[in-house]
Amino acid sequence: MEIWMSVAIGILFAVAVYLILSRSLLRIILGTSILTHGVHLLLLTMSRLKTGAPPLLGEESGTYVDPLPQALILTSIVINFGVTAFFFVLAYRSYIRLKTDDMEEVKRKGGQ
Amino acid sequence: MYLLHAAILAPFVLAALVPAIRKGTKQIHTGWIVLILPILLFLNFLRYLPVVRTDVTQTISLPWIPSLGIDFTVYLDGLGLLFALLITGIGALVVLYSIFYLDPEQEAIHRFYLYLLLFMGAMLGIVLSDNMIVLYTFWELTSISSFLLIAFWYERDRSRYGALKSMLITVFGGFAMLAGFVVLHGMTGTWSIRETIAMLDHVQGQPLFLLAMILILLGAFTKSAQFPFHIWLPDAMEAPTPVSAYLHSATMVKAGIYLVARFSPVFAGQAEWFWIISLVGIITMCYGSILAVKQTDLKALLAYSTISQLGLIMSLFGAGSAAVYYGYGEESLLYTAATTAAIFHLINHATFKGALFMVAGIVDHETGTRDIRRLGGLISLMPITFTVACISGFSMAGVPPFNGYLSKEMFLEAMVELTHLHIFDLGTWGVLFPILAFLGSVFTFVYSMILIFKTFRGPLQKEKLGVTPHEAPTGMLIAPVILAVCVVLLGLFPNVLSYSIIEPAMRSVLPSLVAPGEHFEVHIAFWHGFTPALFMTLGVIGLGTVLYLLLGRWKGIYGMYPDKLTWNHVYDSLLRYGEKVAHALTDAYMNRSARNYLVYIFGFMVIVLGVALWRADVLSLLTTDTAPINMYEIVLIAMLVISAVAVPFARQRLIAVIMTGAVGYLVTLFFVLFRAPDLALTQMIIETVSVVLFLLCFYHMPELRREVNTRRYRSLNIVISVGVGVVVTLIALSASGSSSFESIADYFVKNSHDLGGGDNVVNVILVDFRGFDTLLEITVLGIASLGIYSMIQLQLQGKDAGSRILYLHRKVTLAPKVPIGRTRKETPTVAKNMKQFKSNDVILETSTKVIVFIILTFALYLFFAGHNNPGGGFVGGLMAASALVLLALAFNAETVRRVLPLDYRDIMAAGLSVAYLTAMGSFVFGAPFLSQAFGYFEIPFLGKTELATALIFDLGVFLTVLGVTMTIILQIGEDR
Repeated sequence: MEIWMSVAIGILFAVAVYLILSRSLLRIILGTSILTHGVHLLLLTMSRLKTGAPPLLGEESGTYVDPLPQALILTSIVINFGVTAFFFVLAYRSYIRLKTDDMEEVKRKGGQ
Repeated sequence: MYLLHAAILAPFVLAALVPAIRKGTKQIHTGWIVLILPILLFLNFLRYLPVVRTDVTQTISLPWIPSLGIDFTVYLDGLGLLFALLITGIGALVVLYSIFYLDPEQEAIHRFYLYLLLFMGAMLGIVLSDNMIVLYTFWELTSISSFLLIAFWYERDRSRYGALKSMLITVFGGFAMLAGFVVLHGMTGTWSIRETIAMLDHVQGQPLFLLAMILILLGAFTKSAQFPFHIWLPDAMEAPTPVSAYLHSATMVKAGIYLVARFSPVFAGQAEWFWIISLVGIITMCYGSILAVKQTDLKALLAYSTISQLGLIMSLFGAGSAAVYYGYGEESLLYTAATTAAIFHLINHATFKGALFMVAGIVDHETGTRDIRRLGGLISLMPITFTVACISGFSMAGVPPFNGYLSKEMFLEAMVELTHLHIFDLGTWGVLFPILAFLGSVFTFVYSMILIFKTFRGPLQKEKLGVTPHEAPTGMLIAPVILAVCVVLLGLFPNVLSYSIIEPAMRSVLPSLVAPGEHFEVHIAFWHGFTPALFMTLGVIGLGTVLYLLLGRWKGIYGMYPDKLTWNHVYDSLLRYGEKVAHALTDAYMNRSARNYLVYIFGFMVIVLGVALWRADVLSLLTTDTAPINMYEIVLIAMLVISAVAVPFARQRLIAVIMTGAVGYLVTLFFVLFRAPDLALTQMIIETVSVVLFLLCFYHMPELRREVNTRRYRSLNIVISVGVGVVVTLIALSASGSSSFESIADYFVKNSHDLGGGDNVVNVILVDFRGFDTLLEITVLGIASLGIYSMIQLQLQGKDAGSRILYLHRKVTLAPKVPIGRTRKETPTVAKNMKQFKSNDVILETSTKVIVFIILTFALYLFFAGHNNPGGGFVGGLMAASALVLLALAFNAETVRRVLPLDYRDIMAAGLSVAYLTAMGSFVFGAPFLSQAFGYFEIPFLGKTELATALIFDLGVFLTVLGVTMTIILQIGEDR
């Protein structure tokens, strides 16, 4: 399972980076979104998968999965929402002002 | 008792109060209130005079960073006391003088006194600290306060230039000194100066000993304006004259000399120490005096004169160090005369130079100029000022019977004495010293005469002045007159000082030359018989007089020196060249293209991580011990990959967004598979809210276009993205495979119930174990939402952003108060704003009314259940927000505002306050920040219930997340 996941995570990262490097603002934002998903899965996979019960002590299980990555990811999910929203507004605001969503154009117009 | 600590800190405390004092007492000059402190401190330090003669030294330690061995240790010995008295004594006089110099109506005197007190405290800190790091801290504080004082009239270009120059040079030296301290620390393991002295045998002879010495000397030379670092001092004269009198003649520039004196017990006796200090000192002395003669600005002349005098003192400390070579005994005592002269001249220089600066200030104040070419004939108009100038000027020139004569003759004697030494190759080169000393003294005599006679004698040039000068007000004369009286008294009765302060100070500088309980015997006399020094003095006066009288004949020589070869030119071109190189370097890679930067970042990541993985031989770490996988999961993974890969190929933005959403929901499924219920819950709601967010933003964004790119551009993108993918895959494989260290997970699982009082380990980690992360995270969230708010509301446009904040804020808060009679159609912007939230779906509207309550209840349940079951503040807050978003979608944003007339930014602020207050609440119980407590209570009807402070903290999280989400969604929805 870990090997399969690792490959899938690599693909998520590759797609995300490709999107981030493109010229369209919307693609860049979607890229960051996918990158976040990749990071979350990476964190989980790194701590080994399915090694025990969910980290709820009420389950009375002998072993639990590692709770720490989960806490980290939870933080990240919510933060990501704020950051994505911020990106979006930044993107469409700059689109309204500069009349373009092409990063190369933005670079040219921003310098004026 | 921490009396000495209090003495150091008192100026800082008063400095903080100065602005308030200025506001409270407009009718009195703030200087009068400030004046009290240096006087009190001076009197306090006087009490220690008998103490420092005894062997009982005052050492009081206050822990600062005990783990690094850094304590705020103060230590009072003869040397420290000498400087402390100078700092507070001259400080009091300067404050008194400044009261009449600075007009409170026209100058920002509260700033002036703030900086001045800051400086005073820092300076006391330097001379009383035993710990090198503490000393360094105060050292840099003097640089900073000096910078602020030089730039006091910051609207002048020259002031800013001078301030920056002094800052750059002295801070450079400060860094060098810090490095020197670190090197010393590496050898001894202690930061204490006294302990370093005690470990002398261990230190001397180590290979890095010389390096430490040179680095520390760099600090001393830059601060004391020694050649070639002297260039900052003349430019520092842009400061108000009281500052020049205080910092740039009497105290701060002597910090370097203090450093040399303080570290003499460590380094003295070494040939390098002797040669570097003596040579630099004597060259500076000569060079400064020669350049002083050519100056036409009174203060510039005094600045070069100060450089020269500092060189003199420095060279004396260097010469005195030779005595240590001979060790304890009769012979060495002979050579300590140089150190005596150094300390004596240090005091004398403070008195006559302080007075002279004040004279220059008075002349400037009363005539409006400091240009010697325009001055003259002031003798009859300003008799008292002239008298003071005369006394101090002759003292500086080394004419009897003033104190300057005594120390100057001791200086000449010490320099002659050096030629008799037969150590450190002095037999060959020692003759340099008396020659340079003589030359410097002649020019010192010449510029002293220029200062006195060109200003006060000769014809009065009224037409060039524009005002009729008159004597300064009495108050302004008090301080210089006191100093002039000191000059005379110390000249007539020098031995007042020798017993009380010079002898103890010498013991601090040369501790190895006296046995415990013994003292140096210092006796300063006018008449030593017909010694070489006496003839030299006579020669100085004779030759000096001739040169002064013929000044017009030979002054042209100065013009022959090319400007390009000056040190100032070196400094300026260094700065210019440095800026140019930095610009060129930055422009080479910062081309304002975000993609370029990302290429750097990702390229770097691939290379560094790739090399690291290759070197760690990562493939061997791969494990076969993996979790089982079934068909269902393989299909899920395939779907995940397919939907991700589809995104770049999507032609329409809606498809791209839906595909991204699919990835998100699939990730949610994986969270379920991997036993992470909290994550699954949160991700699910976030994905839902995100869809709303995407749709709202779509309104503003253009349709996707096919990107036309060059082949190179595209292939680089593909190479980098594939590279990142491969590296990440390898990292994931190696990380999940290796088990080179224990997971810290067990700690959390084991202690969650007992220490955190919760069964949901993830939640306990969030609110308790790693609560600080969460606290800062919600802070970041708050900032992000405020960023969105301001981007939309303010539409920042250049300079008027500030005024728009006020205007728009009013507009926003007033918006709901539109009279009910007016329909929304009458306010077209609002109507247009709400357009996107409009819905005609009756079924949606009706069902929403019910569903909203169900969701809200569920949100509350999630919040309360969180500590023991899946849920918590994050999920709860998001769930509640999603209910309100649904309401806004079904009806419109106005409905949400009507139903819940709240400003969501206030909710966010309330949430953050709750979280921070809970975190700080633990202080009340003497516990560290963010300590959580819990207990089980018997509550009627509810039975045994757990109450935890973590729940209050989580409430803060809940409110913040709710406020942030709603602020974001509503703001974007209302944007035109």
